[in-house]
Amino acid sequence: MLEIKNLHASVEGKHILQGIDLKVNAGEVHAIMGPNGSGKSTLAQVLAGRDVYTVTEGEVIYQGKDLLGMPPEERAREGIFLAFQYPVEIPGVNNMYFLRASLNAARKHRGLEELDAMDFLTLAKAKIKALDMDDSLMKRSVNEGFSGGEKKRNEIFQMAMLEPTLAILDETDSGLDIDALKVVAEGVNALRNPEHAILVVTHYQRLLNYIVPDFVHVLSEGRIVRSGGKELALELEEKGYAWIEGTTPSAHKDFFLGR
Amino acid sequence: MTGVKETQNTYLSSFERFEKNLAGGGQSWLHEIRRAAIQRFAELGFPSTHIEEWKYTNVAPLTKIDFEPASNDVGRVSAEDIARSPLVEPGSIRLVFVDGRFSEELSSLEELPRGITARSLAQELQYPDRKGGGNATLEAHLSRYADYNEHAFAALNTAFIEDGAFIEIQKGIRVERPIHLLFVSTASDRARVSHPRSLIVAGRESQAVIIEEYMGPDGAVYFTNAVTEIVAGESAIIEHYKVQQESDDAFHIATLQVEQERSSNFVSHSISLGGALTRNDFNSVLDGEGAECMLNGLYATDGRQFIDNHTLIDHASPHCTSRELYKGILDGKSEAVFNGAVIVRKDAQKSDARQSNKNLLLSKDATINTKPQLEIFADDVKCAHGATIGQVDREAIFYLRSRGIAEETAHLMLTAAFAQDILNRMKAETIRARIEEVLSARLSFKEVL
Repeated sequence: MLEIKNLHASVEGKHILQGIDLKVNAGEVHAIMGPNGSGKSTLAQVLAGRDVYTVTEGEVIYQGKDLLGMPPEERAREGIFLAFQYPVEIPGVNNMYFLRASLNAARKHRGLEELDAMDFLTLAKAKIKALDMDDSLMKRSVNEGFSGGEKKRNEIFQMAMLEPTLAILDETDSGLDIDALKVVAEGVNALRNPEHAILVVTHYQRLLNYIVPDFVHVLSEGRIVRSGGKELALELEEKGYAWIEGTTPSAHKDFFLGR
Repeated sequence: MTGVKETQNTYLSSFERFEKNLAGGGQSWLHEIRRAAIQRFAELGFPSTHIEEWKYTNVAPLTKIDFEPASNDVGRVSAEDIARSPLVEPGSIRLVFVDGRFSEELSSLEELPRGITARSLAQELQYPDRKGGGNATLEAHLSRYADYNEHAFAALNTAFIEDGAFIEIQKGIRVERPIHLLFVSTASDRARVSHPRSLIVAGRESQAVIIEEYMGPDGAVYFTNAVTEIVAGESAIIEHYKVQQESDDAFHIATLQVEQERSSNFVSHSISLGGALTRNDFNSVLDGEGAECMLNGLYATDGRQFIDNHTLIDHASPHCTSRELYKGILDGKSEAVFNGAVIVRKDAQKSDARQSNKNLLLSKDATINTKPQLEIFADDVKCAHGATIGQVDREAIFYLRSRGIAEETAHLMLTAAFAQDILNRMKAETIRARIEEVLSARLSFKEVL
């Protein structure tokens, strides 16, 4: 589904991604771990099309198409969803209005009929209940005045509504208490099926107890330095990130090419 | 094209003709005022940018055109033209003016509710004075508030007082239907000037919603020089909407002068969209304890439009409150000026004034000059003010796009959102919905609201 080849990206002249190789198949859950500043969030944002980052080298193929050539809205309509680490507050734009515009943009792109306000509301209410969210969030402006936990739940709610083919979660666990974490994880697990893939970007292993990944990759200085199964996350938790410092990307290369 | 001095002289000589035509039909009390005003205009001349109040507003383009005074020979406007205004609705009390002249056939004054007088000023001025059947309220209030001594355009308007709206609401009357004053200008071979003059006197404990709307056909060059005086009696509740949709080639200069008595509540919504050059002066004098004034303004400009909003809230009595929020959306090479003055007089203790001006620049060539101006002479007061100038939030744009929303739509959504809190403050729901329509059409965010 997604193939990242030798991806290099920089921001304001600073070289952040220094050659990422990664292959994600439908049905798989991949976790991207790494210390602060390793490039995890940059990778997530580059995939979503954030224009502050410049891709200097490499390519990304998504469902056989050149992802980097698409504007962010087209990527979204093609089924890519980024759950933001810091969801943006948009005063004056109603949460429900926004989400209906979003869902209908994707539906239109896929040749489906747009949902009217009533059908949309019925669907939204069902999803919001499943996520144990407060109904009133629907009436408020996008993320405005939401607590940290509410913002993250709102991201997962949007994801549940949009049912993306490839979901990218950028440190969705940061700042969540254990109950909120479980709710978020349930939302993500509900999306797991043979047609969907999920990329979980996280600093801590904790989230991976609830969203169990098929593969774990460790990022350091803009490269994947180690890849493995879910046990790699536990090993990392135990030994700390100091453990991977100084390792060369070769171990990952072998793993990646060997698949 | 003519020189400034010559144009000023044309106004002076057209006043002489105006005065001759009034002979016999003129009221002595009013005519003294007219004469004093034209005298004052002769002395003041058109304001130059050396005058602090006009520092950023160059009226030279206006002074170069030799406008023809709109006389009885006014343009033709049909009922269909009137219906183009989304604010026109069957339920309202409507007074329509074409090129400054009252049009009975386009107005809707049937079955006026009890306790309200709504007529054209020209009709009211047919009597010599109160003893000769004239209206005592008119004589007591007309031209007593809008200052023509310092403001050249108010002086010009006062000199040419002839027609406009006269509304009187009796004590305790709550007017359910909105009062809609619609000023339509027409296109003509020679650019016209009109000086609509309105007076609204709302008695003690009365309530009313007033809409003052200005419109003209695209491309028409004309000059609207309006003055409206409103007296809000004790505990009166007045909500005033001004919707300015003049032609983009027109000149619009207007003063809204409000006199507020004890415990009165006045809310002003000022929406400015049209005009090549617009200057709005909003002045409110909080002249009795406990008076409240709320000002909401929204200006949206594009191309080479220029708009200047000057507001002055005079806290002349203790325990008064004023709240002001003006927002601007500027595109193209347009320019805007906001000058928000608040005066707190020596005895006006416990005054509470808040003011904010926020601007969204959609283009790098747009310019805004914003200036708060607080003059406080009392010591126990709460006053706050602030101004912001910003661009569309790029993070928000990316967030919306990452959810599949097209870049252009995302921009429109954020622009509409910026205007939203001004709309939210409008209490009359149908009017708000209609103003929302006007705005969406103007800013092309119809699909996103």
